[in-house]
Amino acid sequence: MGGLIKSSIARKVAMALSGLFLVFFLLQHFTINLTSIFSAEIFNELSHFMGTNPLVQFALQPVLIFGVVFHFVMGFVLEIKNRNARAVNYAKYNGGANASWMSRNMIYSGLVVLAFLGLHFYDFWIPEMVHKYVEFAPEDAMRYYPELLHKFESPIRTGIYVISFVFLALHLWHGFASSFQSVGFNNKYSIAATKFAKAFSIIIPLGFIIVSLVLHFTH
Amino acid sequence: MNLTLKIWRQSDAKSQGKIVDYQVKGIEGDMSFLEMLDVLNEQLINKGEDPVVFDHDCREGICGACSLQINGEPHGPDRLVTTCQLHMRMFKDGDTIYIEPFRAKAFPVIKDLMVDRSSFDRIQHAGGYISVNTSGNTIDANAIPVNKDDADSAFEAATCIGCGACVAACKNASAMLFTSAKVSQFALLPQGKIEATDRVLAMVNQMDEEGFGNCTNTGACEIECPKGISLENIARMNREYLKASLKG
Repeated sequence: MGGLIKSSIARKVAMALSGLFLVFFLLQHFTINLTSIFSAEIFNELSHFMGTNPLVQFALQPVLIFGVVFHFVMGFVLEIKNRNARAVNYAKYNGGANASWMSRNMIYSGLVVLAFLGLHFYDFWIPEMVHKYVEFAPEDAMRYYPELLHKFESPIRTGIYVISFVFLALHLWHGFASSFQSVGFNNKYSIAATKFAKAFSIIIPLGFIIVSLVLHFTH
Repeated sequence: MNLTLKIWRQSDAKSQGKIVDYQVKGIEGDMSFLEMLDVLNEQLINKGEDPVVFDHDCREGICGACSLQINGEPHGPDRLVTTCQLHMRMFKDGDTIYIEPFRAKAFPVIKDLMVDRSSFDRIQHAGGYISVNTSGNTIDANAIPVNKDDADSAFEAATCIGCGACVAACKNASAMLFTSAKVSQFALLPQGKIEATDRVLAMVNQMDEEGFGNCTNTGACEIECPKGISLENIARMNREYLKASLKG
């Protein structure tokens, strides 16, 4: 068991599992966001539940934050180790001949997503924490939807969100499908699983983009 | 055809290397890539210059000795061939061809295009074997029934010639495809079950100690492998490793 922590395979599996966890989170986040373009009431209700339920706030939220931090810290550690594994670079390297752009540039798509998370935390999570745990402001179950609309008034912010979702799609395109291989799942069901993962990596970010644009242009 | 070659020259493991330009003329499309280098070396020897050092042995694609990163791809632009099987008809008159050694920290350059791939030998030594009683009463391997699919997969894994193209192609210089082929060729057969736990742990541990990078599933290794070793072997090794770690 001791060697497991240091081994390259364990790190690969850890990246895959934390990534899969974040994929589930994305689906949940998207589902709630999607309600905002159909019903302000349902969006408020779900947001209020997520923002006040002790299980979500004090159990799932810390696990999620740990998952995000673990995934990007491990990503950086692996990137540095991998770069060190080739001391002298090729004068000519034709990476496009044998691997997709997405698979070769996970660190860059991941960095854009990380930078976006910084903005997203600044926009929503930090004000939420200040509201609840610093100012101890009285709870208002109807405040979530107007706050959401306010954020998407700015065309610049909406544009940054849209670009970030494109990079999220690029990151998921390789990451989600390859996580199956990492955990050792490569059999007759792999083609179907890969198709599902590729579809997910387009549909969910595209959905986020549509929600952002609808909130920006319809209000 | 006439070609411009940009070849990595490095006098020994400790020296700084650099790309040097050479011109070769009258190359036929039927020549192999190594024969083209033979032509260049004859020119260099006739001029009293140091010939380009490169690995080669059987020149029929089965020994795994030849290497070379050609125009940014191990064993060049053709598929399912080694450098010795690469024909010059893959290139055209006036082309510029970059020729570099397989690059990885675990494959240090010995001279010019020749690299030390003994790290692969050490991974094999760590667990790439089975225990067989050879004291006179050896049981014929064919006497043990093996599922056809498993036998085929084990055979396919065993066709790995250990050339190192997987490492050279990988952006992370990972040796997962090689190691997984060597693990799989035994893991799938009844004879390999006895040491299965120790084997995968020892071989992966040795692979990590040699300084190879981590696999990120780009799939470049599978595309560039001259023997078409499948990524399925890596998934199998991951499973075997996790199983062995939890057991041991």
